[in-house]
Amino acid sequence: MVEDSGTKSGEVGRNLAHAAQGEAAHLQDPVYLEELRRQLQRFAVLQLGDADLAEDAVQEALLGALKSARSFNGRAALKTWVFAILKNKIADLLRARGRQPDAQSLLSSDEEHRDLDELFNARGHWRRDERPAHWEDPESAVHDRHFWRVFEACLDRLPGQQARLFMMREFIELETPEICAAAEISVSNLNVTLHRARMRLRECLENNWFQAGEAREES
Amino acid sequence: MKNCREITRLLSEAQERELSLSERMGLRMHLAMCRGCRNFAEQMATLRKICRAYARRDEGNSGRE
Repeated sequence: MVEDSGTKSGEVGRNLAHAAQGEAAHLQDPVYLEELRRQLQRFAVLQLGDADLAEDAVQEALLGALKSARSFNGRAALKTWVFAILKNKIADLLRARGRQPDAQSLLSSDEEHRDLDELFNARGHWRRDERPAHWEDPESAVHDRHFWRVFEACLDRLPGQQARLFMMREFIELETPEICAAAEISVSNLNVTLHRARMRLRECLENNWFQAGEAREES
Repeated sequence: MKNCREITRLLSEAQERELSLSERMGLRMHLAMCRGCRNFAEQMATLRKICRAYARRDEGNSGRE
C-alpha cells in the first residue's frame, strides 16, 4: 500500500523519510522490494542450484521479514535481516538434501599460498603468462546473454565458502562487519577469502571471455 | 616496497574499506610501474559493476535498475 501509486524517484526519498521515523516504509516500496528480491534470488539460486527452491526460500524470507517489519530502522537493517533468514533457509534445505553447507570451510593458509603461488613468482611478481591483460569493452559484455553464461560458470567454479562470502559482499552488498557476524569469521579471514575469490573470478573471466579466441601473447 | 601479490591483496581490500594514506601512496607508486597490477585494479572496479548488474538483472525484460 503505497501512497499514490507512482514509483517516481521522489517516492524513494519520502519512503526513506518514513523509515527514519522508525516506520519500515521501504517494505512498501515496490521498486526497492523488487530489486532486493532479485539480489536475494541470485544468491539463493547459486547456492541451491534450483530456481524453484530458491524462489520459495526468498519468498519465505521476505514474508518473514514483513512480519517483523516494525523492528527495522532503515534499509540496511532490513537487508541484513532478510538475508539472515534466507541464509538459514538455504542451510536447512542443503542439510535436508544431505549436503553439508559448511563442509567446504575456509581453506587453510597453506592452500591459500599454494593457490597464489601459481600466479606469482618467488618475489611475489606476476608470472608472465598470468599477468592480467587489458579488458576490452566490459560495458558491452553485460548486455550479452553469453557473457552471463560464462560469468555463472566462473562463479560455479569457486569453492563454496569463497562463493558464499563473495556473493554476500557483491550481490547482497553487505558490509564487512555484517558478513563477519553472519559467517562467524574474522575480518582478516574475510579479506583473504575475498581476495582469492576475486583472483579466481578475474582469471576465469579473462580466459573465457575477455581473451577468449585471441591467441595468447608470448606463447 | 610491496610486490604484486601484496598489491592485489590491497586492491581487493580497497573494495571493502578506505585505504590509509600510506597504503594509497604505495599503491600509486607500484601502479605507475606495473601494467599487470594496473589492469588488475581496473578489473576490480569492473568486477564490481558486473556483479551489481548481475544481481539486479531481470532475465525476462531487461528492467531498469
